[in-house]
Amino acid sequence: MPLASYQTSVPVVVDDAKCIADKGCTVCVDVCPLDVLRISDMTGKAFMAYDECWYCMPCEADCPTGAVTVNIPYLLR
Amino acid sequence: MAMDEIVDGLSEVSCDVLVIGGGTAGPMAALKAKLKNPKANVVLLEKANVKRSGAISMGMDGLNNAVIPGYATPEQYTKEITIANDGIVDQKAVYKYAQNCYKIIEELDSFGIRFLKNENGDYAVKKVHHIGTYVLPMPNGETVKKAIYRQLRRARILISNRHMATRLLTSSNGRVAGTISVNTRTAEILVIKAKAVILCMGAAGRLGLPTSGYMFGTYENAANSGDGYAMAYHAGAALANLECFQINPLIKDYNGPACAYVAGPFGAFTANNEGSRFIECDYWSGQMMLEFYNELSSGKGPVFLQLSHLHEKTIEEIESTLHKVERPTRGLFQKGRGTDYRTESIEMHISEIGFCSGHSASGVFVDDFARTTVPGLYAAGDMASVPHNYMLGAFTNGSVAGTDAMEFADNHDFAAFDAADVVKERDRVMAPTRREDGIPPNQIEYKVRRLVNDYLQPPKVTRKFELGQRRLAEAREDMEKQMIARNSHELLRALETQSILDCADMAAHASLYREESRWGLYHLRTDFPEKDNENWFCHTLLSNKNGKMTSEKRDVEPYVVPIADEEKDLYDKQRIRASA
Repeated sequence: MPLASYQTSVPVVVDDAKCIADKGCTVCVDVCPLDVLRISDMTGKAFMAYDECWYCMPCEADCPTGAVTVNIPYLLR
Repeated sequence: MAMDEIVDGLSEVSCDVLVIGGGTAGPMAALKAKLKNPKANVVLLEKANVKRSGAISMGMDGLNNAVIPGYATPEQYTKEITIANDGIVDQKAVYKYAQNCYKIIEELDSFGIRFLKNENGDYAVKKVHHIGTYVLPMPNGETVKKAIYRQLRRARILISNRHMATRLLTSSNGRVAGTISVNTRTAEILVIKAKAVILCMGAAGRLGLPTSGYMFGTYENAANSGDGYAMAYHAGAALANLECFQINPLIKDYNGPACAYVAGPFGAFTANNEGSRFIECDYWSGQMMLEFYNELSSGKGPVFLQLSHLHEKTIEEIESTLHKVERPTRGLFQKGRGTDYRTESIEMHISEIGFCSGHSASGVFVDDFARTTVPGLYAAGDMASVPHNYMLGAFTNGSVAGTDAMEFADNHDFAAFDAADVVKERDRVMAPTRREDGIPPNQIEYKVRRLVNDYLQPPKVTRKFELGQRRLAEAREDMEKQMIARNSHELLRALETQSILDCADMAAHASLYREESRWGLYHLRTDFPEKDNENWFCHTLLSNKNGKMTSEKRDVEPYVVPIADEEKDLYDKQRIRASA
């Protein structure tokens, strides 16, 4: 069966101006229990690659520059 | 190479004691194993990252089951847990926990975790349970994971993050020989030979589907997909009382605790739409959940956690806990909804079903040394059968498991396993990556969990369960023949889907076997509405016998702490009486 992808608004937002992933930081990607964050090969910044979030907060709490914000996923907001 | 790209690879390592799962029980088990024999190799394997994995990823507000001299005795605690579980308890393990947990509290204190004390310097223990007093707040509870992690580093435990164990290896005579795992970022296979293995893999928390429809908006940490239950089952271990589901009263939609254990001791209470109390006690038990369910279905709902009557200072104190530890986004959620605790009550709802001995009583069957029925295999924490564990139970029983497993490893050599088992498992694991076309894991997972809600949620109806089993078998056929994973992250989800489906099958099978009602809402069977002590005052053990899922009865061990007849049904009296 062919696959389609559908749109989803993701709860974790990264401020590219503050994110230092392009300097080698991987803290948020490392700590995420669901392993949903990745570093973009286009921007060098962290982003939420998979909408599988427990809105638990380690990414936001452990980010050394305060670049990460966890929002409540839309479906349960 | 891009992250998540699938790499073909297989390597093999060995260790003395392997601990699988780095949440709460696992780190303590690894630490105690290493302390028991500092020369031995201890490996801690974790699907996520030990720094922030498991149920207490963001810490915990307190201990819910602290047996502290001067406030409670091990005998009282053992009695209360026995009564709360309708008597189906092997007391030895509970009693041992109750005796040991104070030492663990002192040890956690030495790690830098603080516990609330009153002006006299005594522990400020609060009453939440029906009978005894066991709840102890932790003022710096957000630091728990960090404190434990420091101890692991200091003890030089070998930590392997982002490796998901998929199956245990066993010898021809049934002893544990190690595990097969897969790197969740590269899909490379790692075989780990071990003399003893401790499973600390958490709850089956991604079993039911939350009513919000968001697959990862579960009560439990959504990484807890029941992998430990599935692995134990496939290795031939027995699993106890899986029909005793976990169902919790939670903040509607947010799906985290409200939390009556924090706010209750300050005067908050559970109320119906009329603002009246309807349950005697907010401690989570099946009997309490049944009254909660009855209130919601009687038309007297919604049900609320009422705290607007409390003093401003008290509400501030409650907020400072609820919005800081365990599920800190509770504050963000309430803000988004415009819910201010000062003026409005918190709307509550019933969670999806799961397996978890943290608050319930099911799990991989263990004795008072955390030994499963497979020699050399141990289990602790939310996935092991010691009832109402909570966080302190995970630490304490993890400690027991670590010590005993190292003793086992010191006295045994590696067990031999069949190399063909590795080949077979590798083929099973990689199968979704080798298909060109098919159904992605998220769709199969969604369908399985939707079926769990439709057919397995209490009240349990025999006919519905039978239909549910048929639908689940169809989903299994799809999963085994058509599931595809296009990268290693999808492979992780595909493997989790297999654990979820195994747990759904076990939940259905175990529930149909016990032909009575017990544990309030957890096992409410409409076709057998009464508790039947004559035929069912026993554990049920589910296991894989020659490839067939089988259940059998097992006697409850003679009590260590006797329960008087007039005490046995104390937890059945949860509803507030209308008259004196």
